[in-house]
Amino acid sequence: MIGALLERNPKFANWLYGFTPPERGTVLLVHRRVYIVPAQLGWFFVLTLFILLIGSINYALSLGFALTFLLGGLALAGMVHTARNLARMAVSAGRAEPVFAGETAQFRLYLEARAGFDRPSILVRHVRSGAQMVLDVPAAGLAEVVLGVPAERRGWLPLGRVMLETRFPLGIFRAWSYLEPDARCLVYPRPERSALPAPSAESAKGTLRSPTPGNDDYAGLRAYQLSDSPRHVAWKAVARSEDMLTKQFTGEAAAELWLEWALLPAALDAETRLSRLTGWVLEAERSGVHYGLRLPGAEIAPARGEAHRAACLQALALHGVADA
Amino acid sequence: MNAQAHPLSPEMRLLSLRDLSWLSLALGIVIVPHAMRAPWWLTLLTLCVYGWRFYCTLNRTPLPARWLAIGIAFVGMLGVWVEFRTLFGRQPGVLLLMFFSGLKLLESRTHRDGAIAAFLGYFLIITNFLYTQSIPTALAMCVGVFAITATLVGFSAPARPLAANLRTAGLLLGHAAPAAILLFVLFPRVQGPLWGLPQDAYSGMTGLSETMTPGALSQLALSDAIAFRASFERDPPPVQDRYWRGPVLWDFDGRTWTTSSGHSVRFEAPERPRLTYRYSIVLEPHNRAWLFALEQAAAVPPGARMSFDGQVLATAPVRSRVRYDMVSVTGAAPQAAESRSVLGRALRLPAGANPRTLALAQEWRAAGGSDADIVARALAYLRNGRYTYTLEPPLLGAHSVDEFLFDTKAGFCEHFSSSFTVLMRAAGVPARVVTGYQGGDINPVDQIMTVRQSDAHAWTEVFLSGRGWVRIDPTAASMPRRVMDGLAAALPQTQALPLFLRRELEWLRSARAHWEAVAHKWNIWVLGYGPERQRDLMLSFGMRDADWHKLTAVLFTFLGLMTAVLLAWSLKRLARPDPVQKAWQLFCDKLAARGVVRSVHEGPRDYTSRAARSLPASRRPILRIGALYIAVRYGERNTPPATARLRRLVRALRLA
Repeated sequence: MIGALLERNPKFANWLYGFTPPERGTVLLVHRRVYIVPAQLGWFFVLTLFILLIGSINYALSLGFALTFLLGGLALAGMVHTARNLARMAVSAGRAEPVFAGETAQFRLYLEARAGFDRPSILVRHVRSGAQMVLDVPAAGLAEVVLGVPAERRGWLPLGRVMLETRFPLGIFRAWSYLEPDARCLVYPRPERSALPAPSAESAKGTLRSPTPGNDDYAGLRAYQLSDSPRHVAWKAVARSEDMLTKQFTGEAAAELWLEWALLPAALDAETRLSRLTGWVLEAERSGVHYGLRLPGAEIAPARGEAHRAACLQALALHGVADA
Repeated sequence: MNAQAHPLSPEMRLLSLRDLSWLSLALGIVIVPHAMRAPWWLTLLTLCVYGWRFYCTLNRTPLPARWLAIGIAFVGMLGVWVEFRTLFGRQPGVLLLMFFSGLKLLESRTHRDGAIAAFLGYFLIITNFLYTQSIPTALAMCVGVFAITATLVGFSAPARPLAANLRTAGLLLGHAAPAAILLFVLFPRVQGPLWGLPQDAYSGMTGLSETMTPGALSQLALSDAIAFRASFERDPPPVQDRYWRGPVLWDFDGRTWTTSSGHSVRFEAPERPRLTYRYSIVLEPHNRAWLFALEQAAAVPPGARMSFDGQVLATAPVRSRVRYDMVSVTGAAPQAAESRSVLGRALRLPAGANPRTLALAQEWRAAGGSDADIVARALAYLRNGRYTYTLEPPLLGAHSVDEFLFDTKAGFCEHFSSSFTVLMRAAGVPARVVTGYQGGDINPVDQIMTVRQSDAHAWTEVFLSGRGWVRIDPTAASMPRRVMDGLAAALPQTQALPLFLRRELEWLRSARAHWEAVAHKWNIWVLGYGPERQRDLMLSFGMRDADWHKLTAVLFTFLGLMTAVLLAWSLKRLARPDPVQKAWQLFCDKLAARGVVRSVHEGPRDYTSRAARSLPASRRPILRIGALYIAVRYGERNTPPATARLRRLVRALRLA
């Protein structure tokens, strides 16, 4: 109920949680942002104390009073220590590697205990997805937590709200704090597997001489390069000699393929087009051709390699996204 | 949102072997005192249940089914019932609690169960206080609480090194202590009990009884337990005047002296005393309403009354240690009047018992003389009759007085006083037996007089016309050293004495004196800290009529302050900047003062090289500091000496 209320009133939530998202840089959890309530065990503890107190009064047990009050003091100290276990924790977000839609984005958070004591048993939970992990932060040290957040749609996936919780040291109090680091993960469109397109009219003008790789004429062998696709490695030749050799096909070195938004049937909606283009980019990269990408409002010149592939995929991921 | 498994919630965390070991250790520590009182089979059964739980964890077998645990519980309860014929007294209840702690452990699967078993340990600690609240018990409590706290910390941080968890437990208890002391002093105390206590709640307290049979006091004399302690405002009375009056016994059946609760009288202070003693007594609980006072009481403590035979009585049995102020006098003017019915009761003897004693007394009476002459004659008879004083008197039959006076001639103070009183009554002199304590040692450490059960004594009071009731101690008459030098001197050398009464163990007695002085302070200030003492203490702080409103207000003020201090401490520790960072900041400030301001995006390497270019005169120190900072902050050199060197360099940096 309260959750729904906060959902509807983000300003109130921001005031309550003590921050305005997203928080850039390293987030320091000041004391004001740490909330604390008795955990379920805490109520059991209170009940225990109450019975001990009644017993002490009834039997006039002076040491019983001493025990009861010692435990009362313990509860008080436990409260401060539980809050202290979270307070002044510095949280920073690391880089999240891009993923395809449908996969899980791996967000990295770094928890740093700057004061000279360790912070054991800290639960880090991603509120939206429920991804969670318990970790110990060493004294004056750093601990890394990886939160796997499902990436459902292409574009930027913001990390969103993260909760830190602890019950250390006695388990009778529960302290927690919310934060929303400025971390995001690039989500590529979900790739659709399909055969590479036939060369377009423009390509037919001479830029592309090679339709689909694999149907090419075998031209000979050359030395293996790291970027070569494994399926072009001449495994039989490798078996005979020590060197890695790659099968070379006629025209491959000069092959250029334009992957174009406009080539796709007009009946397809935008997301499906992007998915198919993504599949083509992957396939083209795998087959080793030089390929370019043409989207409405964006054009990437033909090339190949990891960086080129990433640029193409990013362009596809952010196509039409306002915050590009 | 909370539907999913919560990895911190105790239901989701299983007890590991380490958790189990700590939990068992903690419970074991708090169980030890109970196990020593328990019947052997119950201790064994409890240990077996503990062992079973370990077996399950070590062999990864599932825990026993619930019906099996319930079955074991019934076996234990049946055994306790057979042993005690009830399940609801103090002793059976406490023993069952001990047994159930094992059963709870047996069915504990998760941290939640484990924590509840640990909380059960607190009950095991407090139930031990029903039996003893001595200083060693308090120390054992501290050990037990520490072990339980360490167990709970271990549950919260299962992967943390043991030493770190122990340190945290110690730190927690250290922080808890001030609050505990504050609560102890200021928490409004009320007088218990809130409801009825079990029948056997006060069994096992030693002390005088309201009857006296031959051999009863000599048994008590072997007990070294403390009866009470008295601290005198000025000099204590001399040894021969240390008669602490207790119950007065009137009725004799030929063997046993008894008393019945008589009416109380309006107290009238004795007049024209020779000496006055003001003192306070801390009386150990003995489950009777008797308050002991030095003969002769000149005041009655508030809430107490005076019986017709001069005994100070509390309104309720003394079941916890009480402290009261007394005034006693010696040599006051006699109160010569006594009612006829009382005097008649003081002459009554059972018919047909002790014929030889009666004959002897009547012979004295027939010889003539005053009552005082007869008293003197009887004392002389005892003195010259070669009587032996012994802790092991021979068993006596129906005519116990006859047998003692004429046959065995060996006895303890109850034999002497009983025989003397019978002699007096038979000769027509009203007499009664008074029991109490005679003696008391001054503890050289705190100058407080300690009276022990071994000082228990019985004497006689006779009524002489014109002088009223006069104390006669027949034991002292025949064995003067009993009174002057104590029991040890009066007993023959060959008799086995209680350990502490032996002369040769001087060092042992001195150690005991120290220990008892501490224990006395403990009794008064810790165990005796109740509503009255709290009021007194508050008064000494200037708070008049401290009721629970005021106490609660003060308590919460202090508690709030203390929590604030604790919070401030933790925040201060948190906010304390890293010394490396502090040195670097100082360095940046110094450079900024010379116009080289670090921009936000600039790393230390870029910044120092830029600064070195801008300030070529200080190029070398700037680069050195930069390199050292990078090594300390990001490299492997994060060591105290390197940090200290960095700080030194930064402080010494003078930019031209």
